[in-house]
Amino acid sequence: MKRKFFAYPYIVWMILFIVAPMLFIFYYSVNVGGQWTITKAWATLSDAGKWKILWTSVDMAFKTTLICLLLGYPIAYILSNMKKTVAGFLSVLFFVPMWMNFVLRTYAWQAILEYFLPNLLGMKDGTLTGTEAAVLMVLVYNFLPFMIMPLYNTLAKLDKSLLEAARDLGANSFLTFVRVVLPLSVPGIVSGITMVFIPAITAFTVPALIGNGKYYLYGNEIELAFKTLSGQGDYAVGSTLSIILLICVVVSTIIMNYFDKDQKQGGQMW
Amino acid sequence: MVKKISRSFKYVYLALMILFLYIPILYLIVFSFNNFSTGSGKRISYANLGLWKGFTLHNYTTLFSGEAGQALLLTLEVAGITSILATLIGTAAAIGIYSMKKRSRNLILNASQLPMVNPDLVTGITFMMLFAFVNTLLVSLSLKQIGDIAKLLIAHISFSIPYVIFSVMPRLRQSSDLLYEAAMDLGCSPMQALFKAVIPDIMPGITSGFVMALTMSLDDFVVSYFVSDLRSVLSVYIYSAARGAKGVNPALATVIFIPLVTLLLVVNLRRIAKEREYEIQNKKVKLKDKGGK
Repeated sequence: MKRKFFAYPYIVWMILFIVAPMLFIFYYSVNVGGQWTITKAWATLSDAGKWKILWTSVDMAFKTTLICLLLGYPIAYILSNMKKTVAGFLSVLFFVPMWMNFVLRTYAWQAILEYFLPNLLGMKDGTLTGTEAAVLMVLVYNFLPFMIMPLYNTLAKLDKSLLEAARDLGANSFLTFVRVVLPLSVPGIVSGITMVFIPAITAFTVPALIGNGKYYLYGNEIELAFKTLSGQGDYAVGSTLSIILLICVVVSTIIMNYFDKDQKQGGQMW
Repeated sequence: MVKKISRSFKYVYLALMILFLYIPILYLIVFSFNNFSTGSGKRISYANLGLWKGFTLHNYTTLFSGEAGQALLLTLEVAGITSILATLIGTAAAIGIYSMKKRSRNLILNASQLPMVNPDLVTGITFMMLFAFVNTLLVSLSLKQIGDIAKLLIAHISFSIPYVIFSVMPRLRQSSDLLYEAAMDLGCSPMQALFKAVIPDIMPGITSGFVMALTMSLDDFVVSYFVSDLRSVLSVYIYSAARGAKGVNPALATVIFIPLVTLLLVVNLRRIAKEREYEIQNKKVKLKDKGGK
């Protein structure tokens, strides 16, 4: 029996709804209302303001990833050194928020920063939203579990006898960590960075709710281009912005893959 | 002494981080019992979500009366249909792809990774443009446009199928071809062999694919937000309500959080209990071995 026929419905589906939609980004960037033109795309590309926001977003994504790594690595490390049953229970606690609707959690932060903390601190008519720090904190909040998960998975699988060997060979616990644990956890670090950095560049929900109209990122530019309140947005601008975003994502994926491969080869050499 | 301090420091750090992760959820749950009626009338405004004005259960009784109820219903409908259809198409696709030659198999598997690697934002806008294009085409042919529910379903099924394929694939690789041949030798037709021998063998993969598709669909905000115009799922409702003047009923947090925590804890505690049992048994075996010697 030819079993490969089973894949045909999916292949048709994939071409129609996964491959074809991608082409529309390119189609709409140079086609405005049925007319082929590059004026809008060119106007978008030569808008210095857009590039500035792109840079702000990359910078923000970088900061988010770094803070998530610095906060998340100790958590994953501590969990991986605990008794398996305790670590199992605690890790569930860390991953539960991931499953909770993240728009709702971001809304909660909006309420806390806009009403609760200012009331508590006695700030009259003050609000803590609309600042870079507020957006950064909520981004870290949203992405922290995505950093902890791959780190914990890698660290938990680490062969403990290697640590004993390092200790037997005279390394103290700090040296053991730097020379053994850290290099072996690089795959976890790389996949953690990928899981945080790329979604962070494209984030638009958090700046929309926490930025309070004063602080916004590249994702909001795209959202604005497509979803204006008055019906249809400007597809040409949005598509052009999306192409730039896609290029950023592809470049960072390639860089990440490079580091991942580098690590694998290095691991074999040791 | 030093060890004790460093140990307690570890626990303090973990506790602080858990607190950080749960603060907004607990905040909403506490304020879900707050009285939000403004002035003397019955008008409710969730805008001032920081001022405690007294205990009430009113937020729970009115929770699903308005738009939120419709949005929740639609979310469940879309997630249910999506997970079933995505599992069917995805499982069939995995079986089909597995039997293909290496080159075409790799080509399709690589293309299937596209929606998983693509940022949600890009997936969302590509679907938005696809539907806009198709709808203008349909209008010019004076046909009916694609509605919000159909759009949501198509989008959700599309981004869920790859997750099903990639959960079923490893199971297929583990499952032996001999199983299928044995079923045929015992008198099954190829179809029967497939349904009686192969499918039961890869069932755990199918189940986890189904659960993945369900959670992806329930969790989605970005794609749904770009795809739908008038009617949409719960997370889109929350987003637009959060940006509007009225705010979101905080009781939503409780009704999502409590079942979720219960479910996850039950599933994981069972797994942990099994691990614990396994550990104890291992120890016993080791002890016995020592005793025997």
